[in-house]
Amino acid sequence: MKRKAITFKRIVWTGVTNFLRNASLAVAAVTVMVVTLTIILFSVVTSATMNHTIAQISSKINISIYLRDSVTTAQSNNLIDELKNLPEVKSVNYVSKSQALAEYEAENSGNKSLLAAINETGNPLPASVQINLVNPSHIDQIQKVLGLSSTIQLEDPQAGTSYSGDRKAAIDQIAHATNILEQVGFAAVIVFALVSVLIIFNTIQMAIFNRRDEIQIMRLLGASTSYIRGPFIVESIIYGLLSALISVALIDLLFVVASSALQASSFGLLDINYAHNYFYSNFLLLLTLQLTLGIVIGAVSSMIATRRYLRFKSK
Amino acid sequence: MILLDRVTKTYNKDLGAALDRISLHVEPNEFVIVVGQSGAGKTTLMRLLTREERPTSGKIIVGGVDYDKLKDKDIPLLRRKIGVVYQDFKLLPRKNVFENVAYALEIVGMGRREIQHTVPRVLEIVNLKGKEKQMPIELSGGERQRVAIARAIARQPKILIADEPTGNLDPKYAWDIIRVLEKINRYGTTVLLTTHNQEVVNKLKRRVVTIKHGKVVSDRANAGYEE
Repeated sequence: MKRKAITFKRIVWTGVTNFLRNASLAVAAVTVMVVTLTIILFSVVTSATMNHTIAQISSKINISIYLRDSVTTAQSNNLIDELKNLPEVKSVNYVSKSQALAEYEAENSGNKSLLAAINETGNPLPASVQINLVNPSHIDQIQKVLGLSSTIQLEDPQAGTSYSGDRKAAIDQIAHATNILEQVGFAAVIVFALVSVLIIFNTIQMAIFNRRDEIQIMRLLGASTSYIRGPFIVESIIYGLLSALISVALIDLLFVVASSALQASSFGLLDINYAHNYFYSNFLLLLTLQLTLGIVIGAVSSMIATRRYLRFKSK
Repeated sequence: MILLDRVTKTYNKDLGAALDRISLHVEPNEFVIVVGQSGAGKTTLMRLLTREERPTSGKIIVGGVDYDKLKDKDIPLLRRKIGVVYQDFKLLPRKNVFENVAYALEIVGMGRREIQHTVPRVLEIVNLKGKEKQMPIELSGGERQRVAIARAIARQPKILIADEPTGNLDPKYAWDIIRVLEKINRYGTTVLLTTHNQEVVNKLKRRVVTIKHGKVVSDRANAGYEE
């Protein structure tokens, strides 16, 4: 056990030394890995922020069904019960004619002539049923119920159904944009991850080539495969760790610059403040994610390279 | 200690066998000199013993290890049991004298303190005390070869194979090497030395195995050099 610990320590130390010696080759490997990891981190933060924006807007969406004045309490209660039974529906609110009028008056309390006109015509505002949804993208399911003839009979033909206007369209657009962004981000991550693997693969291949005489001597002295291979893997894991730290530092720097340049303003859909908070409140998690990815990319590429170029076979 | 039974190695069928049904038996603690001209098959023999190459046919058993049954992953374990000295020294160029010898011990997982204790003792055997910090490039050929020997014997192998260790050296350095090999043999290590240095063979008066065109043509005790 002690012997294994000593050997492990030696492998790690040799890897660190080789990394320092290879500094010029390492620059290329680290640079491309930094780009990859930065894109990944940026995508994660952006996607979280976009989803937050969608959730924010979605929570404000609701459907109002305006009822004919002739609808009885029993009929409206029936409709409310039916709606409440739907799994997509979060809550249902009944707003009576008088409540609607009171709200209207409160909203337009400054406009005396408008209020006077309303009172003169009697109460023209219809009673309504307001539906809040669990998930606004399931609005289609609700529409099925609303499309039933029994429901349509109860509806005020002039007012009809309101889907909170164009909010639904806006949400769809954001969701669509987020989707595309996630897909593009994913594709970019895959491409850059592959490029990093290739470059690290090449770096290790060069290192093996440069030291092939040494490696041959080590073999003849009876060094085991892992004793020769280990330092190369350690070396590329160091590339990964270093790149992860740099990428996190880059994003951090980006926030510092962005928040001082833009203050509280936001990039349209990208709520910088939220992104900023998300980044710092999940800092350890994101750092761990980056470090893990760096280690995996580094280890995988050097494992392939050493497997390919450090063959241990006798003719 | 070393047993070869009708060992044949063919690299290229058109050129014939590099080694042709060689049989050889070396007892523990023997000092055996293998002589033969360049191309006779000496180096091929060494490469088979260190398992750099496999024989085309025939049986090899060294220190109780049957090479037919040796798995690839166990080759390092075999090489740790055999000390090998090469004509071109094969020192690690980026390590100094001490580190070169220490490397052989690091491979087998020896602790730092034990290495600090062992290396100076081995360097003393090959008369290199005080040169610990020097790099291989700063040493003469004879000194480099003695570093290589120190590295080969540091793990106290039962067998030491020296493949033309004096081939690249001036005669005055060559004798240093031979004397070190004799010393190691006296301490109880089986030595297999290949050479084509007539003077060395004649002065040593040891068992001489002569190889010609891949075949053993003579095997005599206390012998001198003959073609």
